[in-house]
Amino acid sequence: MTKILISNGHVVDPANKIDQAATISVADGKIIAVDLQPTTESDFSADIVIDASDKIVCPGFIDLSVRLREPGQSYKGTIASETQAAAAAGVTSLCLPPDTSPTIDTQAVVELINDKSEKANYSKVLPIGALTQRLLGKELSSMAALKEVGCIAMSNANTPISNLLVLRRAMEYASSHDLLVIYHPDEPSLSNQGCAHEGAFSTRYGLPSIPEASESIAVSQCLELAELTGCRLHFSQISSKRSTIKIQQAKKYGVKVTADVAIHQLHLTEDDIEPFNSSYHVLPPFRTEKDKQRLREGLANGTIDVICSDHQPHDLDAKIGAFPETDTGIASIETLLPLTLSLVDDNAITLSQAIAALSQNPANILGVQSGALTVGFSADICIFDPLVSWQVNRENWNSAGLNTPFWGETLKGRVMSTIQSGKIIYAL
Amino acid sequence: MNNIQLDSQGKLKHFLSIDGLNQQILTEILDTSESFTSMSKQQVKKVPLLRGKTIVNLFFENSTRTRTTFELAATRLSADVLSLNIATSATSKGESLLDTIHNLEAMHVDMFVVRHAISGAGHFIAQNIAPHISVINAGDGQHAHPTQAMLDMFTIRQYKHSFKSLKVAVIGDILHSRVARSQIQALNMLGVEEVRVIAPKTLLPSHVKSLGVQAFNDIEQGLVDVDVVIMLRLQKERMTAALLPSEREYFKCYGLTEARLKLAKSDAIVMHPGPINRGVEIESSIADGPQSVILQQVSNGIAVRMAIMSITMQSNGAVL
Repeated sequence: MTKILISNGHVVDPANKIDQAATISVADGKIIAVDLQPTTESDFSADIVIDASDKIVCPGFIDLSVRLREPGQSYKGTIASETQAAAAAGVTSLCLPPDTSPTIDTQAVVELINDKSEKANYSKVLPIGALTQRLLGKELSSMAALKEVGCIAMSNANTPISNLLVLRRAMEYASSHDLLVIYHPDEPSLSNQGCAHEGAFSTRYGLPSIPEASESIAVSQCLELAELTGCRLHFSQISSKRSTIKIQQAKKYGVKVTADVAIHQLHLTEDDIEPFNSSYHVLPPFRTEKDKQRLREGLANGTIDVICSDHQPHDLDAKIGAFPETDTGIASIETLLPLTLSLVDDNAITLSQAIAALSQNPANILGVQSGALTVGFSADICIFDPLVSWQVNRENWNSAGLNTPFWGETLKGRVMSTIQSGKIIYAL
Repeated sequence: MNNIQLDSQGKLKHFLSIDGLNQQILTEILDTSESFTSMSKQQVKKVPLLRGKTIVNLFFENSTRTRTTFELAATRLSADVLSLNIATSATSKGESLLDTIHNLEAMHVDMFVVRHAISGAGHFIAQNIAPHISVINAGDGQHAHPTQAMLDMFTIRQYKHSFKSLKVAVIGDILHSRVARSQIQALNMLGVEEVRVIAPKTLLPSHVKSLGVQAFNDIEQGLVDVDVVIMLRLQKERMTAALLPSEREYFKCYGLTEARLKLAKSDAIVMHPGPINRGVEIESSIADGPQSVILQQVSNGIAVRMAIMSITMQSNGAVL
């Protein structure tokens, strides 16, 4: 296999507490050396030398929520197109939620995804198994069988389980197999098919609204069940201040809980929504400035462990219509890094915290040997230029989904190379 | 974004919501309406302002009253009018909203009057339509019903002459009401002293104060000293959605009775966008009584819609 030498870069590797110039050697798909005092004399003969001058070299990103739209909706995106976009975003591993069609609740579906993602040969795809059969919230899925073929965790995607007994049993069963449960907190009777945060925006434009409590009530219930069952619980895409406070308290009392936030929730609020512009139609909805600030604080103080993209590419038709009738979600993976770096520019978090939230922390939650530039680990590496600006447009875009409220904007920070298991899967 | 309603010269091109307009435009609509009111009483009730223009009423939700006044308004402006009840037409065959619009657009129409059950449908159509076509929102979801609000403003001005020192109370289902949203925005834009909303919390948006109103849960407190009382229609489905226990209890707490009306100023007027639920939101004796201007609202509806149609078409080059 190719031997790669990455020299002259500034290495940021939070797991190994490295934040300095260093040279990295890769061979046989693994990191074989991280040299903090690089000398010109070296017996490592690289096939490829990457000059990372003025660049940051860090662990490849691990994205906990990326919709690939395949199987089932390949008119919106494919495993090939979206893993290519992920590679361009510096993402070396990504978790695929189980709400594909068919859902990820049989070994056959997992094997199909594994086959296609290996063929695509970009980012590693880690399928998440359905917590209940067909995500219906009634019967448990065959979790052990799903784990056997590679499911990294169990989740009910965005479909809430309204029967708490089923949720309890699912948590118990998952933890019997040492499986992480990822849960998207939403009490559907309260969110009541709304499309915007219950606040000044929804009041002004007469949009069916979702109160903050529809999320924080579900967080409270799940925390109770996590404590009862001893299950490892991870909340996906929290959006509110009260959820953050509840998770912070639970962590303090030793509940095994972690959480992530979608990158756009750290940037946009209901005040930023252009009225009736469907590219802002997202669930959970954009909330208030207070929520956004608290989410940023939560990230800084460790309440929220991970930033994910919550990438949801759509075909054009899905976003053409009156706001409440359009599909929800943002094609967000390629804006993940620049928007995370702008949190550093805003002094909300440090660069090391930002990189950890994208690599080390998700790796720890998933229990995978990745997310760090440790000798012997799989060589999953991202090299980016933190200062170069680029415009979000067709030319610079890889995802099949063009649905982003950041379309046309100029963002700072761009991935230069992505290496997954020692293969260069992206180079600008 | 609301400026989609204005053309490059700042003239009204589409009429989608009060939000995004200004006092000058609203006053222009009211003044133009004034000139059309006298016309309705003449022997020949027609002017040739929109002769040769084609107006299509697209009603994705049924409404006999609103559709009829739009038809009459267009006819009196000498336009050719076509009314389509889409609720039972193309979209039930799976044709998308946009396909329906583009098909009609290909038939070279000049204006769409649209009613739709989803908030934002009017904006969506205006954004996706050929540049020479005007769109008038005849009610979209819970968002806006700006022509209704303007005919209400016109009626208020007829009786009260000025908006300046007025206290106006809007009573009923504010939460689900596109009429109330547009009324509140218009009243504030025209500079009334105070807008009050009166309803139980279940029928008020939780952030209602952000609309610039005082909120009351007690009708008797809310009615004190008001100049204008606007009642809203209570939909039957609010009972099954656990928002209210019963019509009887609603009337008991929020129905406009003679005793309650006495709390308002002695010359207060009572309005209702119709159709009225007698004995649910309003006592019959008030609906038919001397302070009621409900039927006046209906006749004003034609003049105001004529004004809005002619003003928006003017932006498109029709000569007035």
